[in-house]
Amino acid sequence: MIHSLFLINCSGDIFLEKHWKSVVSQSVCDYFFEAQEKAADVENVPPVISTPHHYLISIHRDRLFFVSVIQTEVPPLFVIEFLHRVADTFQDYFGECSEAAIKDNVVIVYELLEEMLDNGFPLATESNILKELIKPPTILRSVVNSITGSSNVGDTLPTGQLSNIPWRRAGVKYTNNEAYFDVVEEIDAIIDKSGSTVFAEIQGVIDACIKLSGMPDLSLSFMNPRLLDDVSFHPCIRFKRWESERVLSFIPPDGNFRLISYRVSSQNLVAIPVYVKHSISFKENSSCGRFDITIGPKQNMGKTIEGITVTVHMPKVVLNMNLTPTQGSYTFDPVTKVLTWDVGKITPQKLPSLKGLVNLQSGAPKPEENPSLNIQFKIQQLAISGLKVNRLDMYGEKYKPFKGVKYVTKAGKFQVRT
Amino acid sequence: MTDSKYFTTTKKGEIFELKAELNSDKKEKKKEAVKKVIASMTVGKDVSALFPDVVNCMQTDNLELKKLVYLYLMNYAKSQPDMAIMAVNTFVKDCEDPNPLIRALAVRTMGCIRVDKITEYLCEPLRKCLKDEDPYVRKTAAVCVAKLHDINAQLVEDQGFLDTLKDLISDSNPMVVANAVAALSEIAESHPSSNLLDLNPQSINKLLTALNECTEWGQIFILDCLANYTPKDDREAQSICERVTPRLSHANSAVVLSAVKVLMKFMEMLSKDLDYYGTLLKKLAPPLVTLLSAEPELQYVALRNINLIVQKRPEILKHEMKVFFVKYNDPIYVKLEKLDIMIRLASQANIAQVLAELKEYATEVDVDFVRKAVRAIGRCAIKVEQSAERCVSTLLDLIQTKVNYVVQEAIVVIKDIFRKYPNKYESVIATLCENLDSLDEPEARAAMIWIVGEYAERIDNADELLESFLEGFHDESTQVQLQLLTAIVKLFLKKPTETQELVQQVLSLATQDSDNPDLRDRGYIYWRLLSTDPVAAKEVVLAEKPLISEETDLIEPTLLDELICYIGTLASVYHKPPSAFVEGGRGVVHKSLPPRTASSESTESPETAPAGAPSSEQPDVIPTQGDLLGDLLNLDLGPPVSGPPLATSSVQMGAVDLLGGGLDSLMGDEPEGIGGPNFVAPPAAAVPANLGASMGSGLSDLFDLTSGVGTLSGSYVAPKAVWLPAMKAKGLEISGTFTRQVGSISMDLQLTNKALQVMTDFAIQFNRNSFGLAPAAPLQVHAPLSPNQTVEISLPLNTVGSVMKMEPLNNLQVAVKNNIDVFYFSTLYPLHILFVEDGKMDRQMFLATWKDIPNENEAQFQIRDCPLNAEAVSGRLQSSNIFTVAKRNVEGQDMLYQSLKLTNGIWVLAELRIQPGNPSFTDLELSLKCRAPEVSQHVYQAYETILKN
Repeated sequence: MIHSLFLINCSGDIFLEKHWKSVVSQSVCDYFFEAQEKAADVENVPPVISTPHHYLISIHRDRLFFVSVIQTEVPPLFVIEFLHRVADTFQDYFGECSEAAIKDNVVIVYELLEEMLDNGFPLATESNILKELIKPPTILRSVVNSITGSSNVGDTLPTGQLSNIPWRRAGVKYTNNEAYFDVVEEIDAIIDKSGSTVFAEIQGVIDACIKLSGMPDLSLSFMNPRLLDDVSFHPCIRFKRWESERVLSFIPPDGNFRLISYRVSSQNLVAIPVYVKHSISFKENSSCGRFDITIGPKQNMGKTIEGITVTVHMPKVVLNMNLTPTQGSYTFDPVTKVLTWDVGKITPQKLPSLKGLVNLQSGAPKPEENPSLNIQFKIQQLAISGLKVNRLDMYGEKYKPFKGVKYVTKAGKFQVRT
Repeated sequence: MTDSKYFTTTKKGEIFELKAELNSDKKEKKKEAVKKVIASMTVGKDVSALFPDVVNCMQTDNLELKKLVYLYLMNYAKSQPDMAIMAVNTFVKDCEDPNPLIRALAVRTMGCIRVDKITEYLCEPLRKCLKDEDPYVRKTAAVCVAKLHDINAQLVEDQGFLDTLKDLISDSNPMVVANAVAALSEIAESHPSSNLLDLNPQSINKLLTALNECTEWGQIFILDCLANYTPKDDREAQSICERVTPRLSHANSAVVLSAVKVLMKFMEMLSKDLDYYGTLLKKLAPPLVTLLSAEPELQYVALRNINLIVQKRPEILKHEMKVFFVKYNDPIYVKLEKLDIMIRLASQANIAQVLAELKEYATEVDVDFVRKAVRAIGRCAIKVEQSAERCVSTLLDLIQTKVNYVVQEAIVVIKDIFRKYPNKYESVIATLCENLDSLDEPEARAAMIWIVGEYAERIDNADELLESFLEGFHDESTQVQLQLLTAIVKLFLKKPTETQELVQQVLSLATQDSDNPDLRDRGYIYWRLLSTDPVAAKEVVLAEKPLISEETDLIEPTLLDELICYIGTLASVYHKPPSAFVEGGRGVVHKSLPPRTASSESTESPETAPAGAPSSEQPDVIPTQGDLLGDLLNLDLGPPVSGPPLATSSVQMGAVDLLGGGLDSLMGDEPEGIGGPNFVAPPAAAVPANLGASMGSGLSDLFDLTSGVGTLSGSYVAPKAVWLPAMKAKGLEISGTFTRQVGSISMDLQLTNKALQVMTDFAIQFNRNSFGLAPAAPLQVHAPLSPNQTVEISLPLNTVGSVMKMEPLNNLQVAVKNNIDVFYFSTLYPLHILFVEDGKMDRQMFLATWKDIPNENEAQFQIRDCPLNAEAVSGRLQSSNIFTVAKRNVEGQDMLYQSLKLTNGIWVLAELRIQPGNPSFTDLELSLKCRAPEVSQHVYQAYETILKN
């Protein structure tokens, strides 16, 4: 089981340690630092490291490393999932998961960690339950606490803890009852040099924000549920009902949560909304090259594509770039060799382009590899897979809730090879 | 207001100030002070000096303050055990608190205080909490049992907590069930032998019910526990699979992978014809693919597991090739794993796509990744024959880039392609030769030299090329030196006229100027070969090479099956069984897949394969010590290496075969010089053991003129029995028997390599034993043992080793070592191999000795169902060195008086009563007299085996 946890910042300081069993010396992290040194990039530290007496399983989130120490055979995914849950909880409680936020709330952090894991076994990891046990810090509460002397630790057993619906607390009350769903789809794609699609799939999620009083029982149905054949569910969803009727039926947790995530991989269902024309060339035996990219809309279903950003990791021999964008602005970081072009919206009448010269290190051989372009974009009010919510029904409560569904499509790992 | 203020006071009197604040009357001040203490503690500052003051704050109704004090206690109780006792009363009181939250908190905290004195006080409250009315308390108490077991296992057993814990598996609350399972699993892990999680269909049903209702973490524990169960038939397996399948849609990836493990394991029991089997295969693909869209750390673990799954059941993901395509910003550890899986999934249907991708990767920035991509192209060529041509041209394109490491990798894989498709792509040799000078890595140099040697006749300047390598011979690595030696010999055999000087030069470099025994040996072998019989040399050195297999780095099937049972664990990340790396040498229970119940496909299951050997005769493998040593020695066991070792080993094999014959004919007049009976027979290098035996018996017949029975051969030889099954020795199977011929004892062994990698470096050792048996010569396995190859060896033994009485007397413990590991087994040798040839006693002497040995040393035995007459009996016994001294006929019964002598000089006298001519009475009566009566039993057994076979 999980023995200890060390939090390490990007400059390599251990700024928090927590032991659930016996104390393990900080020096165990030296093996982690060693691995970190070996890896060229911080992201390349292998997640499982073995040391003579322990195993270190780590995750990298928001420029922090969560390093856990394991002594016996434990499923590594279990540990990694748990660590991400810890990071999520910090995010949830403090609004950000950063060294400063954790240091500012160190006692709450400690209380949370103690509540989340007991002797290495996860205890309470649902944000709803944790919030009943330990109140999140707010300015108002700390003022009230210091006046009245009350504490931010709950003194009753969280109601959800043992019921069949551990994710929901009892006695929820709202004056405005609302249920919102965000259907967010991300397109992961690899486009090759010639513009044809090597690989494309849609990673979709439905995030919910439910503020409903009492114990509402919801069912959400789709116009085209057949699209969803590879789905992961929040535990609240009744699997049998989905299997038989293709309806999402559930008693929701209170607040924000991810209802389902799904994957649409069938190639013909994945539309590629943008295309890129590119010409990047480096001349042999000269210290310059040409760079020219143009972006245009493709299958965009008549919606506007906005928030476009192009990121390019240029080869190491590139010293500088002199470019002219027809739209938006660009930056080139000569240290990391990253070119970022913030394009904005595409207007079909005048396609945005970025062209100019590349200065190379003189005397160096011309780079072998051509850079890949990483593209970000956003399309509002569209789920690119065509998924559509049909209706939401509520049972078990009398009031009439306010309901809403929002669709958005984004680029996920969208790469164009040149 | 933030907590960072707690860190700000770092003045000298900090501890002193805190002490004052902790003892303050004001609640609020107290709480603030405790918070400051905790804050210091979190960053590793020592605030243990405040122990008594903090403990004083414990009795409070403020839950937050109580929790904070508990946090402090857990951290420092170990260093202040006496002080911690002070807290016990409060704990016991809190365990009775009306608020279940406080009861649970108290029992939870007490368990975390790892102080022996406190654990005693913990028992009573814990017992109460295990039966508490509130499930929250029960579930917390269940975990507490595991904590307590970690501190004091004996106490937990004595107090009967384990039984209570087992009862909790039937608890009405799923969360309690999950925690009980988790606690029991953890306890069971430290006591693998204990039968804690004794699962039966009823308890399985309870677990499956709880599975649907407990938290995600509980589901992981329950699924892992289910995976250890073996259903009684395929129907039960199917029904469990059906109930586990919904877990594949869980958002928590650990739940998904644990469910995959259960399904992969139980699927083994389902018949492939079943519709359900196909449905299940289809259901497994999407969740595995979904894991790849998670965070990179999760992806990595998932990919390592998928690697195992595609080896076991490639059909699951065969249509999902594209999800393994690499994105340029994947972390390197993800990239390398994806590449591996792409090759495993490569087939004729998708090879074009795969090649296009691989070519793309070969121009990436990261060197390790590029190298692996180039190698992958070669592997594709070997795996998918139709693509070979394309792969070769892709590799040539890459060589044209002149990027140094790309060229070197490409040459290494092209060598493998040549091995696989001989005489097909030689046109590219010219291009390869152009890059000769840029090669600086040993592996690439060795590969290039191999190519030049292999195709020497088509390369005009082969001699010049090889000569250029020879200049720096001593600075090369062994790999290159060996390859160079072989290549030049090949060249010489192909173009003898022009290269005589070159071959002389390399042979003298290898044999005279080198310190490396391998190199010297190989040099001498070639030298002798070439000087004695160039034709044979040609046959050997230029022999047709065995084909290389398609997939070079598959995991051995037995290991793979074991690893499938460990999906989702660390073992699956390292691709090693837990016994290879789990700390502490606890005897790890080996898991294996359940056998398929439909008998027609039983060959697929690993369990049934070794069952072919008669299990009753299987010798005991010396358990604990062996495993422990195995663990120690096994740490660096890597997957079988691809490419070059295969090539070189086959060359070595060829060479050694030839050596056997050559040397024998060379040294035919002094066979003992080589020391093994297997060299006695001149024509063949390795004499089959029984051939040797019959020869020996022929000889003994010659000496044995007194023997009246000519039909019998020498000392009885039992058929070979399996001594070390392949399952227990990483694929090495040893069977053997003992023989005695003309005064020499030998152990005839048959070694079979059932693993996927070549075995070399064999050695053998005996433990001390009752008669001082020891190998008279080292174990000589001349060639590396390739997969599925069997070799027969006769190991000469002597009896001058050190002596220690064994139980049973004829027990022999043997250690066999090879390049993989050391293996231990024990076997019983028949005593008659120790009966010496001069065991015939004089009549007078016999009488005197018989009288001299006290009667209590006499042992009586019966040999049943032996329809032989006195003549036949004494003939048979004589060939095994039991000599008839005298024969009498008393009342129609034949009495034989016999003597024998053991290697250590012990005489055994026997009286054998035979009733000839009475077909209904075929039992022989045997009386043995010996000064060392403990041997009698074994002598009797020897009689029985000799007479009955």
